[in-house]
Amino acid sequence: MAKKLKIALAGNPNSGKTSIFNNLTGARQHVGNWPGVTVEKKEGTCKYNGYEITVIDLPGTYSLTAYSIEELVARDFVIKEKPDVVVDIVDASNLERNLYLTTQFKELDAKVVIALNMTDVAEKNGMNIDAKNMSHLLGAAVIPTVGHKNRGMKELLEAVVNTAENKTGLEEHPIAYGKEVNPEVEKIQRILSKDSNLVSQYSPKWLALKLLEGDSEVIKAAENSSVWNEIQHVVNKSRDYIHYHIGEDAETLIADQRYGFIRGLTAAAVQRPEVERVSISDKIDTVITNRVLGLPIFLLIMYALLKFTFSGSEFMVGWFEGFFEWLGAAAAAVIPEGIFQSFIVDGIIGGVGGVLGFFPLVLFLFLGIALLEDSGYMARGAFVMDKIMHAFGLHGKSFLPLLIGMGCTVPALMASRTLESRKDRLITMLVNGFIICGAKIPIYGLFIGAFFFKSGATIFFLFYLIGIAFAMLMAKLFRIFLLPGEVAPFVMELPPYRVPTIKGIFIHMWERGWMYLKKAGTIIVVVAVIIWLGFTFPQEPNYSKDYKAMTAQIEENYVQQVALIAIGFGTAVNKIAKNEIFTKFAEVDFQFSAAIEEGGLEQGSEIYSALEKEKNKSFETLQETYPQQARLYVQYRALTPAKDEQLAAIENAMAAEQMEKSYAGRVGHAIAPFFKPLGFDWRSSIALLAGFAAKEVVVATYGTLYSMGETDPEAAEPLREAIQNDPFWTPLKAISFMIFCLLYIPCFVATVVFHKEAGSWKWTGFMVLYTTVLAWVTSFIVYQGGMLLGLG
Amino acid sequence: MAQLSDLTPGKKGKIVKVTGRDAIHRRLLDMGVVGGTDFLVEKKSPLGDPIQIKIMGYHLSLRKCEAETIIVE
Repeated sequence: MAKKLKIALAGNPNSGKTSIFNNLTGARQHVGNWPGVTVEKKEGTCKYNGYEITVIDLPGTYSLTAYSIEELVARDFVIKEKPDVVVDIVDASNLERNLYLTTQFKELDAKVVIALNMTDVAEKNGMNIDAKNMSHLLGAAVIPTVGHKNRGMKELLEAVVNTAENKTGLEEHPIAYGKEVNPEVEKIQRILSKDSNLVSQYSPKWLALKLLEGDSEVIKAAENSSVWNEIQHVVNKSRDYIHYHIGEDAETLIADQRYGFIRGLTAAAVQRPEVERVSISDKIDTVITNRVLGLPIFLLIMYALLKFTFSGSEFMVGWFEGFFEWLGAAAAAVIPEGIFQSFIVDGIIGGVGGVLGFFPLVLFLFLGIALLEDSGYMARGAFVMDKIMHAFGLHGKSFLPLLIGMGCTVPALMASRTLESRKDRLITMLVNGFIICGAKIPIYGLFIGAFFFKSGATIFFLFYLIGIAFAMLMAKLFRIFLLPGEVAPFVMELPPYRVPTIKGIFIHMWERGWMYLKKAGTIIVVVAVIIWLGFTFPQEPNYSKDYKAMTAQIEENYVQQVALIAIGFGTAVNKIAKNEIFTKFAEVDFQFSAAIEEGGLEQGSEIYSALEKEKNKSFETLQETYPQQARLYVQYRALTPAKDEQLAAIENAMAAEQMEKSYAGRVGHAIAPFFKPLGFDWRSSIALLAGFAAKEVVVATYGTLYSMGETDPEAAEPLREAIQNDPFWTPLKAISFMIFCLLYIPCFVATVVFHKEAGSWKWTGFMVLYTTVLAWVTSFIVYQGGMLLGLG
Repeated sequence: MAQLSDLTPGKKGKIVKVTGRDAIHRRLLDMGVVGGTDFLVEKKSPLGDPIQIKIMGYHLSLRKCEAETIIVE
């Protein structure tokens, strides 16, 4: 049986950890969350030399303090799960800062293997690192690797196995904290060893160091100890002693000593070039975050990202739509007509297809973002934007979720995870819905097209700006009143620019895309069914008119008229198609339409006109022979389209009434008085209600309610005219409605994702409530104010 | 002795002490901003804040208000 090993990958952000993880595990990986927190947890497996190795990717961190969730997650894993080996990935070109984390793993008494990554970059910079010497000084195996070129992986695994089996033959070299700190650490250790329970969970030396540093989580753990009073006493005395004799707090002093250890190590094992070379990355950076060019370049890149997302994904959105149409048609062909067919085709396939239609857009957005992240631009974007964001109580990094919000709020909420502080994250999420997302665009297309066609683009852009203004304003208000406190520090690494690897980007894109699918997908089905139920039942409400009788009447009239024509041809209704003269006329039309269809000809084309002329000529020839029958035939030809039109009108009117009287429609009617002061009618209430399920159905709902039958939101020309001609609507009402749509609750899926990310019903409830109230109040002011000014 | 925030781009110096407290202090220590370390002020953001310094061979950005807590020479 294969021997099992559990290893943890750790390292600084941008140390190339992800590519090493991908190299080791390949496709055998899965993404989840660390229990209780919204930090991604990646796990994978690999086999080496008869060992089955489970690889856990710890969050990228600079340190192991209690100040951030990621750092806590990483260190708790090492303490509680006790992996056999911690593989610490160290960026060779940035050794000092990277080794700071290494020193802390050593303090934890973890068995460490160091992957000295990106040795190629270090060499290019003229650095010469003696890995062997370093390994002796650190007391841990040091393996040179180049992650993105898949170099050194075998050696790394070999070292992992040797370390796990204690076969490295390396001696442990503890870090010396100096003659002031060391005795104090020992003193605290002695007290701690009295509590065997505590010491069995943690390394006593680490505990002592952390207590000296004043680590909040460790203090919490120690407070339960039987000897807490003693511990507290000694720790306080030691801290005072250090502060008094050295004039520094213990925390700074310990950090100094760690860096001192690292300096000693690098002095012995690293040779640096005499003159530091200016790297290509630095040259790029002088242009990209240039005083003058920085902002235009930022805007350009953001424009390119949106353009790439929307235009680039167009073809795939088409595939998806085509696929779901095909699936719907296929299901309709197999399942007999009726309520079950409607459930499958309209309810599930239609509902899921409608939301999944956005998936390619989301994928392209994630692809673009992965590109920006892996190339190193993302941090620069935050660097450029921080001043503006900070002024509104947000963090520089908040620009990314807000930007993604232009595509879809769901991934945007998920992207706010990159923010370290919970307050920053909550505020960013709370205001994200005000950014007009892709699904809301058809609403603006419809109303702007109907009432402000001449200055359409300007008005549309204006609404974007209004949304952004609201987001900023609310963020500021939340920062002052709701979540007061400082924005998280902007002490941030600006990583070197790198050419991203295709594999890395696609894995990145897919991970996030998959998460979106999983999170959104499971709920979509449920919501789709609920919407379908709400709008489909009761199936046969008390219609105001007897539509069935009207339909029957039309059919009957049709048969009577055909009968009259049949008499003219001297035959019976059911035999008219076989009548000799009738067939002659029909043949002319048939040949024409067959030729058109075969050639795929468009009306107005030259061949079409020629064929049409020919057809008319044949007809005229026949007309000369059978003048009376010709007149009758023309009458006959117009009968079917006329009948179909009448039937469709009735069907649409029936569908409109059915929707109005469905359960959802009744709720819409019930809440209509609530919307009256904003200038909306019952139709808008129903549409807004449907919009909570998914914004893209607002336009389609109007379509049904205006008896338009099925309306494609992207080609809503007839609906636009209907709204334009409806005396109810005025430009002011349209503006009020668009404002409401801009501000009210994001769709159901976004709300669920918000809840998962925020992790509390309190915040979810608050978000739902405040967006609705804000939308109502703002629309009220706009509409009533407009009326007062006589704009209604 | 001066505050890091007073230095204009192009100036080099050595960190003397970090005076801030709690999270910011800790963060700066983790990022290698400790006494005795050399640095170079590289640039300001296009809007004037934050600033970018080079320290321990990498680029670090920090807001002016954060740079005020760092005593340099």
